[in-house]
Amino acid sequence: MSKGILGKKIGMTQVFTSEGKVIPVTVVEAGPCPVVQKKTVASDGYNAIQLGFSVLRESLANKPRQGHFQKANLKPMRYVREFKVNDIDNYEIGQEVNADLFTVGDKVDVVGISRGKGFQGMIKRNGASRGPMAHGSKYHRRSGSLGAKGPARVFKGRVLPGRMGGERVTVQNLEVIRVDLDKNLILIKGAVPGAKKSLLILKPSVKANKAK
Amino acid sequence: MDYIRMIEEEQMKKDLPHFRPGDTVRVHVRIVEGTRERIQVFEGLVIAMKGGGIRETFTVRRVFAGVGVERTFPLHSPRLDKIEVIRRGIVRRAKLYYLRSLSGKAARIRDRRSI
Repeated sequence: MSKGILGKKIGMTQVFTSEGKVIPVTVVEAGPCPVVQKKTVASDGYNAIQLGFSVLRESLANKPRQGHFQKANLKPMRYVREFKVNDIDNYEIGQEVNADLFTVGDKVDVVGISRGKGFQGMIKRNGASRGPMAHGSKYHRRSGSLGAKGPARVFKGRVLPGRMGGERVTVQNLEVIRVDLDKNLILIKGAVPGAKKSLLILKPSVKANKAK
Repeated sequence: MDYIRMIEEEQMKKDLPHFRPGDTVRVHVRIVEGTRERIQVFEGLVIAMKGGGIRETFTVRRVFAGVGVERTFPLHSPRLDKIEVIRRGIVRRAKLYYLRSLSGKAARIRDRRSI
């Protein structure tokens, strides 16, 4: 099967187990994702399938996008992502990847774009500790030493205040708690990156599958 | 469509008796001991209800052998077998934490009879 599926983050809630334990879950609307394009070693140098997600209104799709989806005889979609696969012959253009890719108990890795936090200081962004707030101290939340005096410059990679969030984040090894095929919903244990309604990529867990 | 509400409503109990802080309730709790399951009853005064929807919890207080015991239950937990309302009381606030510092006669609550 496919190496992943695209989804939309709906939000978080909780679920009771039969023993009465409460599990925090993120609700993800996953798929259906049709195969838009097949890339093969012969044509592109590598094997991959391209999945589409979230059908667009006609007026929102520009001509290049319309043309790309026209080739696969599909309606234009908002998102297009590629997944590398080895068994390229098992896929047909137009074939749909659904939420049944995962079953209850599976471990998944979830990729998303984290929520933008704006310009943040050393403490929130880099995990620095703060100085004393009183007793005459004037050193509160500033960054400490930027390095030795010797090189007379600041080395590349020095952590400093700056823009935080809004970057690609992967959370590994989350458990699938429930799959609802009628509504294309997947409930994942714990939090996933990103704002509500943002795009998520769900993949089989790298770590859990390595151990098998 | 609101999927979150749908998932929550699916799990909510529809047959719960109505009660509020100040009421005395008897809570039947399922307890698993090894492979056996039995039901334990916890009776006391509801001193707080918190949260809403599937996350709603209530706190029951009773004084047992001179020691105050409080337990907080998720209202919609499948571990709760049933809840019986024994007495309804008149109180003028939603959180009865002031009862913790009172004992004996001072900790009584008037009955609400017109129910």
